[in-house]
Amino acid sequence: MTDLPSKAPARKLGLVIDLDTCVGCHACAVNCKEWNSGGFAAPLTDTDPYGAEPDGVWFNRVHSFEADTHGKGRTVHFPRSCLHCDNALCVTVCPTGASYKREEDGIVLVDEDKCIGCKLCSWACPYGAREYDANEGVMKKCTLCIDRIYNQNLEEAQRVPACVSTCPVSARHFGDLADPESDVSRLVADRGGRPLMPELDYAPVNRYLPPRTYRSQQSPLNATADSVEGKFLQWVDRLLS
Amino acid sequence: MHPAYSVIFFTVSSGTGYGMLFLMSVLALIGRLSVDPWFTWPSFVIAFGLVTLGLLSSLLHLGHPERFLKALTQWRSSWLSREGVLAIATYGPSGLFALGWLFFVTDAQNPGPIVGLLAVATGLLCIATVFSTSMIYASLKPIPQWFRRDVSTGYLSLSFASGALLLGAIGAITGATAGFVSAVALVGLIVAFVIKARYWRGIRNALPTVTAASATGMDQGARVRSLDLPHTEPNYLQKEMGYHVARKHGDKLRRVSYVAGLGVPVLALIVGLGSGGGAAIVAAVIAAVSGHLGIVVERWLFFAEATHTVTLYYGAESV
Ligand code: SF4
Ligand code: SF4
Ligand code: SF4
Repeated sequence: MTDLPSKAPARKLGLVIDLDTCVGCHACAVNCKEWNSGGFAAPLTDTDPYGAEPDGVWFNRVHSFEADTHGKGRTVHFPRSCLHCDNALCVTVCPTGASYKREEDGIVLVDEDKCIGCKLCSWACPYGAREYDANEGVMKKCTLCIDRIYNQNLEEAQRVPACVSTCPVSARHFGDLADPESDVSRLVADRGGRPLMPELDYAPVNRYLPPRTYRSQQSPLNATADSVEGKFLQWVDRLLS
Repeated sequence: MHPAYSVIFFTVSSGTGYGMLFLMSVLALIGRLSVDPWFTWPSFVIAFGLVTLGLLSSLLHLGHPERFLKALTQWRSSWLSREGVLAIATYGPSGLFALGWLFFVTDAQNPGPIVGLLAVATGLLCIATVFSTSMIYASLKPIPQWFRRDVSTGYLSLSFASGALLLGAIGAITGATAGFVSAVALVGLIVAFVIKARYWRGIRNALPTVTAASATGMDQGARVRSLDLPHTEPNYLQKEMGYHVARKHGDKLRRVSYVAGLGVPVLALIVGLGSGGGAAIVAAVIAAVSGHLGIVVERWLFFAEATHTVTLYYGAESV
């Protein structure tokens, strides 16, 4: 059924992504591809993978931006995947019932056996979270790794999305954003986590933590130029140069 | 948005077909639909042919056309599903209306209550179907050039005008409508292009709705520039939603659309209305052919000038 759940999902599983710590290494994107190539939405078809025009389905893509924050420019690495919106138009536009949002945990999925490949859902997603698999003729998207987070065959610590488990700087956090006491909700509250494109009113579950304000962006040497330590360092500098 | 030929053909072709059926049902109700079989047979056959060809072409661009029946299930939430249901539902009353008119009605002034009711149902269903088509686009928030009311009025008026142009040409060739339909087409076309002109001005002057800062969760008003893309070659998102025609080319095509869609047909229709016989036929045919050319260009622009918020992740700073 492509109606959205009539009552708000009891749990809202989702990701909190820290744009301050993400180093843009693409490990999450690669591990997402690796896990999901054998997961719920497999295969993640590649066309011409080693040729001149490689193309293929990915659920997670890492962009790099230059952003003016706090009066300074800085590089912001920005991983982009499905935000499992509460008000997901990608679900309601679907003519077949292939796209759906689960009542129990809010995860948005595609039932590939019902999908006719009309692509309308990918037009309806503002965030570009859905990618069409031309080989299979169906739409694909991030599953929030439902085949990991509930997987009894994995150790408990492993029952998180592949992208979360692999991030070397722990920039990705997974949890229940409907529970104000959860770690992810606290993180969002502490760091002022934001929804993307709030003006479109999709009510995304995922949150992004903006880059931090740093106390000082000056170099330590200048900051202490007048202090005893600073004078000493300047003397050392002169002596050595 | 990528202007896919199958979708352009579908919307123009089925739009003309539904426009013809709508106009024929109205003409029947006001007693002005000819009963001359030389006119009615080709008109109904062409109208149903255009509708059906359009629907088939829209099926062709699906990944799994064989599952199309599933697309009729979600009419409660999906305009695409509603369009499918209505398109199929329209065949019932309109088919019976056509059969009634072709085989049973002998006096155009007096078609009888059953055919009258069928004509009413046909007219309403044609409007509802074309409206649903327009709402598929007009309900998409990520595309500001489509998320507007005048998308629906544009589709409806152009569908009517293109149907009237074709019906006028058939009427002129068969000598069955004596200029009335051509006059209707003239008015319809002018109304449609006034709506399109306002639409084009509207999308040009519209303020950006979303910025790259908002798309990435940065401070409001912060300048955010794309530095590195996640991949070196264009992906599905860029191919499907990244297409955008340069303004310069857009303006050129807009002029083509005005000249072919409005200027030439209006001149031809006026000449046709003022003359008779062979000249009127040639004029009506020129109007129909040129008008459709202009509407195809209009439809191409409708897609090519639409921008999607996903482009904010691929270099656009606002949409
Ligand atoms: S991010 Fe896109 S695909 Fe995911 S739920 Fe929201 S609208 Fe749907
Ligand atoms: S592509 Fe598939 S999942 Fe998406 S709207 Fe069409 S039928 Fe639904
Ligand atoms: S949750 Fe799973 S499917 Fe979604 S982006 Fe992360 S790894 Fe990919």
